[in-house]
Amino acid sequence: MSANNKQSAAPQKKGGFSLKNLILDNTVPIMFIVICAICIPVSGFSPSYLINEIMTRLGRNSFLILSLLIPIMAGMGLNFGMTLGAMAGEIGLIFVSDWQIWGIPGMILAMIISIPISVALGVLCGKILNQAKGREMVTSYIMSYFINGIYQLVVLYLMGSVIPIIHSSIKLPRGYGIRNTVSLLQMRQKLDELLAVNIKGVRIPVATLIVIALMCLLIVWFRRTKLGQDMRAVGQDMQVAEDAGINVERTRIISIVISTVLAGFGMIIYLQNMGNLSTYSSHSQIGMFCIAALLVGGASVDHASIGNVFLGVILFHTMFIVAPKAGAVITGDSMIGEYFRVFVSYAVITIALVMYETKKRKKKSQAAEQLQADQQAAGADGKGA
Amino acid sequence: MNNEAAPLLEVRNIKKSFFGNQVLTDINFTLHEGEVMGFVGENGAGKSTLMKILFGMDVIRETGGYEGDVLIYGKKVSFQTPFDAIHAGIGMVHQEFSLIPGFTAAENIVLNREPVKKSAASEVFGDRLNTLDYAKIHGTAVSSIDKMGVAIDPDMVISQMPVGHKQFTEIARELSKENLKLLILDEPTAVLTEKEAEALLESIRGMSSRGIAVIFITHRLQEILDVCDKVVVMRDGFVVKETPSADTNISEITRWMVGRSVDNASTRKEEGSSRQSEKVIMTIRNLWVDMPGETVRDVNLDVMEGEILGIGGLAGQGKLGIPNGIMGLYEAGGKVTLNGEDIPLNNPRACLNAKLAFVSEDRRGVGLLLDESLEWNVAFPAMQVHNKFLKNYMGGLVKWRDEKAIEEVTEKYIDELAIKCTSSRQKARELSGGNQQKVCLAKAFALEPGFLFVSEPTRGIDVGAKALVLDALRRFNRESGVTVVMISSELEELRQTADRIAIVSGGRIAGILPASESSEAFGALMVSQVI
Repeated sequence: MSANNKQSAAPQKKGGFSLKNLILDNTVPIMFIVICAICIPVSGFSPSYLINEIMTRLGRNSFLILSLLIPIMAGMGLNFGMTLGAMAGEIGLIFVSDWQIWGIPGMILAMIISIPISVALGVLCGKILNQAKGREMVTSYIMSYFINGIYQLVVLYLMGSVIPIIHSSIKLPRGYGIRNTVSLLQMRQKLDELLAVNIKGVRIPVATLIVIALMCLLIVWFRRTKLGQDMRAVGQDMQVAEDAGINVERTRIISIVISTVLAGFGMIIYLQNMGNLSTYSSHSQIGMFCIAALLVGGASVDHASIGNVFLGVILFHTMFIVAPKAGAVITGDSMIGEYFRVFVSYAVITIALVMYETKKRKKKSQAAEQLQADQQAAGADGKGA
Repeated sequence: MNNEAAPLLEVRNIKKSFFGNQVLTDINFTLHEGEVMGFVGENGAGKSTLMKILFGMDVIRETGGYEGDVLIYGKKVSFQTPFDAIHAGIGMVHQEFSLIPGFTAAENIVLNREPVKKSAASEVFGDRLNTLDYAKIHGTAVSSIDKMGVAIDPDMVISQMPVGHKQFTEIARELSKENLKLLILDEPTAVLTEKEAEALLESIRGMSSRGIAVIFITHRLQEILDVCDKVVVMRDGFVVKETPSADTNISEITRWMVGRSVDNASTRKEEGSSRQSEKVIMTIRNLWVDMPGETVRDVNLDVMEGEILGIGGLAGQGKLGIPNGIMGLYEAGGKVTLNGEDIPLNNPRACLNAKLAFVSEDRRGVGLLLDESLEWNVAFPAMQVHNKFLKNYMGGLVKWRDEKAIEEVTEKYIDELAIKCTSSRQKARELSGGNQQKVCLAKAFALEPGFLFVSEPTRGIDVGAKALVLDALRRFNRESGVTVVMISSELEELRQTADRIAIVSGGRIAGILPASESSEAFGALMVSQVI
């Protein structure tokens, strides 16, 4: 096959070149398409089951991943600061479940409670990231562990002792602290079921999708605002933006605050779909999975689009659904697939980061290759003549 | 018009000192609306400092401010930040570009001054949520580009533009400011091709006819004569001459700049030629170098032992790419041999081990450790590459720096090259451009190379320092018999220094002529293959 390719590429160099570039630019998504294409038939899932699952996860995860886009636009890279927002959303949910306010009103109230916490954490995170320009990804990652410690202090010791918690069903038996699991059964999929329609056995959570669509429109609109333009400028060259009178530090803080607030909302949507809250672990992997999904969708450290979000959710979660079953079918051990999907999300992030660096270097040396090729061609012509 | 009553800009008795070092003394001049003033002076004469004062740059305030008054329309002003200066109608185009690479020209022109439309969200969350008015942005950009009179595409992304267009985008940005009264251009033609420079001069004339005053800083004196109403010459922190440019000529200006007459005719013939042999020391075959803006294509060249070979050519034709490629700083291919042995390309260390040395044209980026002392700058490469200036203990297991030897060698070069500094421990950053260049040379000399590339050794340094640097190069060549390849954009300088001169055009060697050949012959080669 490769011989064929070479032959066809030789006469029309340009066409071959762009196809190669297309593949190189989208290595990660293409890898996932291939993995899914192999695993789907092996797993033996019915198409309607698969589509149903993907639809559920699209509704569950998209909003969270969309919260990553704005810091990328502001040049702050893939940002684990969203984990802080997720914690704020969880705190909101703990309060509303203590007050027994369920359904859509409960969700909205939880979102309102999460906003001040998200803003405060976002400002803190933004200020720290301003001290670590160019190293935002790793700084925010460590930062999420630090804030996780504070979250545990608040939820495990202060709630019930200092912060009033009435309902004993969510309190630990010792009288303070929140249980490992907070049941959100009475809120479960309330948003998803609103206006839901069933098409040939596939349930479509219309209300959730409307919320997500509104969010996308908001992002598109935001890019066209003065603030959005400032963020793009800051993202590309902080010094120039500063010289033009843009307040760089403040703009960066705002982008993180927007991200944490949206992540808080996203976490509430995510957890209403799940139907229960693992108080101490729901947020722990969420940043990793969201970033992995975005990268699977073809995003990079400095560029991500709404399209990347949806492609990423679909591919990444298709792999999540089919890999354990496929692993079980192939090896007879379902743990292999389970292991596989965790390891793959770390691998994706690593590969995508390495690819980002290589691509930057490749871009530099591409001109050189062209130059060398031209010279050789010219030399051959010279000898021929 | 109130320019009858008071001039647009008046500068009275400006004094400025950095760390007790007086750099400006009693500067006085006035500028009227629509006037174009040329500003010349050797490097270190104080031009940039004066402009920084006019533009309210932070560095002036941080170093204790200045004495004297700046008046605009007769009213005293004191700018705390550049934004105050911009507000008062002063625009400045810096030597370094200040553009967002992924934005279009139009977006850059209106950067942070974007026309916006009110939106519902901005009523609640503040003005930053106004939406951009793209039609108006385009309109503003087009009209300011029109004002400039040079056609650039407002929708083109900066990163895809040739360097000249970037410069014009910057100027258009200043012109788009409605209240612009005074535009300061700091060496704007340095990066332009001849044609672009011509267009720029034309647009300066246009600005002046529209009532905008221009301060034009350049080293190209002909441009001053072409476009300026008057010329101000600075030397050692003083204004030594202010005269209508119609009344003067290049040699007069040069004389005022250096305070002595420069003997242009000092070609090297009178000193006898260097120890030239028939032996080829370096052969270059089919060299290509991917250096942005200085691409080299298929260069073949032989360098004779002991000679000084000049490489000249127009900017952007690839002359800088040759040494940068051979020394491994940019990706290169082809075959280079030194004394019959292959020099591996893309491997700077191998070049240094082969006793090649390179004085880069980018002295701040590549050439110097700006925050280290002169001693470190001079001795560091020799120490790293050839284990010089080290004392061995315990049979070479422990190596200590020989501080005394380092100091001695640094002092020696400070003397020889007349480097102006407070001590050999001064930081390289604190020296002026010309002295930094001399430190770069000292660094290369301390390596005791067998073969030396010198790239643009006199770029941005003044006439006096120039003669010293060229002299030091010649002496180094004659006394140590080191082969020198010197790359320079100034043909006269090459003719004074080199034995033979190769002219690069379109990335290729267009021809090699002896230095005694006429300028016309070189000129013809320079434009022969221009791309």
